[in-house]
Amino acid sequence: MTQIPLKEIMPHEEFLESGHLACPGCGASLSMRMVLKALGEKTVVALPACCWSIIAGPYPQSSLKLPLYHSAFETGASVASGIKAALLARGDTETTVVAWAGDGGTFDIGLQALSGAAERNEDILYVCYDNEAYMNTGIQRSSATPLGAWTTTTPGAHPEARPKKDILAILAAHRIPYAASATPAYPEDLLAKVRKAKATKGTRFLHLLAPCPPGWKTADDETIELARMAVRARIFPLLEIENGETWRITVDSPGDPIGPYLAKQGRFRHLKNEDIGAIQAQVDSRWKALQRRVAGS
Amino acid sequence: MKKVIVGNHAVSWGVALARTEVIAAYPITPQTQIVEELAEMCDDGRLAARFVKVESEHSAMAACIGASATGVRAFTATSSQGLLLMHELLHWAGLGRLPIVMADVNRAVAPGWNIWTDQNDTLAQRDTGWVQLYCENNQEVLDTTIQAFALAEKLSLPVMIVLDAFFLSHTSEPVDIPSPADVDAFLPPRNAALKLDTSDPHAFGALTTPAVYMEMRKRQQEAFDQVPEAYRLIDADWDRRFGRSWGAIESYRTEDADTVLVTSGTITSTSRYVINERRERGEKVGLVKIKMFRPFPTEPLRRALAGIPKVAVLDRNISPGHGGIFAEELRSALYDLPSSRRPRVDGYILGLGGRDVTPDVIGECLDATRGNQSSSSSREDLWVGVKP
Repeated sequence: MTQIPLKEIMPHEEFLESGHLACPGCGASLSMRMVLKALGEKTVVALPACCWSIIAGPYPQSSLKLPLYHSAFETGASVASGIKAALLARGDTETTVVAWAGDGGTFDIGLQALSGAAERNEDILYVCYDNEAYMNTGIQRSSATPLGAWTTTTPGAHPEARPKKDILAILAAHRIPYAASATPAYPEDLLAKVRKAKATKGTRFLHLLAPCPPGWKTADDETIELARMAVRARIFPLLEIENGETWRITVDSPGDPIGPYLAKQGRFRHLKNEDIGAIQAQVDSRWKALQRRVAGS
Repeated sequence: MKKVIVGNHAVSWGVALARTEVIAAYPITPQTQIVEELAEMCDDGRLAARFVKVESEHSAMAACIGASATGVRAFTATSSQGLLLMHELLHWAGLGRLPIVMADVNRAVAPGWNIWTDQNDTLAQRDTGWVQLYCENNQEVLDTTIQAFALAEKLSLPVMIVLDAFFLSHTSEPVDIPSPADVDAFLPPRNAALKLDTSDPHAFGALTTPAVYMEMRKRQQEAFDQVPEAYRLIDADWDRRFGRSWGAIESYRTEDADTVLVTSGTITSTSRYVINERRERGEKVGLVKIKMFRPFPTEPLRRALAGIPKVAVLDRNISPGHGGIFAEELRSALYDLPSSRRPRVDGYILGLGGRDVTPDVIGECLDATRGNQSSSSSREDLWVGVKP
């Protein structure tokens, strides 16, 4: 396959202004920048409480050049449903309505509203940027926090004891037309999925891995590298699922050992070799299950 | 057109005549008939609204917030636990200055489960930034529903219409239903000055620092200050067009009265009956009905009650640790009248959890207040009809 230079694929127009309030190396701001490039100007954003509530800027400023509604923590999908209904009521069938939420607002407090919207097949694009903990409040565990991770609420000798919730499978179980995982480390894949989501009617769900240097205790120039390692190590496979039935891996995950990925992150510093072995076993088992789903679809 | 309809359907008719554009709702007894009827109206084409069948009351209000912020007319209905679940988002709609209209069918709060009427669900939302209008009969319910949209959109404030469980929600009464053309002339389509619009993008509800938050609150308060006059004008316009008006409060046979009942909701109708009977017997008694609870109609109440010796407030609600909520609010409103003109205010707690408030019960309150010769207000409300 001939490689097309990224700058030819990536639209030049920016909908995220410089001067936003993200931390250096923020995977969430990079995700927003790329997603909006693919969505374009006919887009309205519903933004429940998350890091992005701050990144978007304080009143009277906004770092987005698009209409933006800040909403309560658990209301990303429900506020977006209302916006879409209103646009349709006034005859606007063209504008894309995006709910943009973190993992806390998606995996935890917003899951009920998201499930409701997905079951109704609301014509919205729900994007979860997943930094694997409540980062905006200072690194507390969420149900997206991976096994073994340190957070301020899984401290010391008691790191996160449960595996990460499989949010994509939950959404797929709603039989929505399109669900996919992506990360800014693979921009071509991410852009293609956003474009596909934009062109699809009904509920579309994107799960984006967004490394967080302060929360993961990583260097702020390693965000892309870490996201790439997560994909290569099969921790965060890049998938797309149509109608809950057709599962496809879009970027090959060669199965690099997870040790180097974990070793780069201060949140896993306490792990012993046997802990890493247990995490590797869990990753392998999930990968096998995924292979079966892909093969069976 | 006159029709015999239940109070719940009076709400539905009002919502349809107001050409509501987005409805988001979740079922709860005794509200459900409101949204069932609206679902029928959307289904058979009588109403061109988008109906979002959400998975909770919380999402119902969230969807209304999204819709209203996009510039359309949005409505929901709920009751009791459903209203309590919405509480966080009631603040969001209030401070977000979104002109959403909601009907709440007053139902007691659990535990234990109780589907009958009292006012604790709505009064617990007192400080959420919603106008609250309590209705006495089904005609008032229909008229107030349409008026509520006009008021909400005039001042960018959400408005809650309140009706008693079963006594109104499930009771049939003849209701004069105005023609769509007449309502269209009264209530033009919503034209929001600010909305989510890709051709004029703004961010709403962003981080608001101590340097600006208080000003936002002050503006909300200033909008509430304008509600009584705005409602007076809307109600007068309604009267000109449809020959009915309701008022923020209503004085009934209070001329030369020595004792006046203060009521809200359907207790008012029963109280009118009691007042008529007593007047026939030559007793100087009257009634003041409070329709508007937020903003509290302080000035109208001071004008209506100054110089009346004794007032008995009938509260179908309780603020545990303090007392009847209408009585509390009224005492506060009358406090700085000159003492020679300030009524003694007695509070009565009754009818909680749907217990009947009969003419006899009301008569008992009236007699207790008339017979009490004390010149100062009692600080303790009397519980009426409670078994030992």
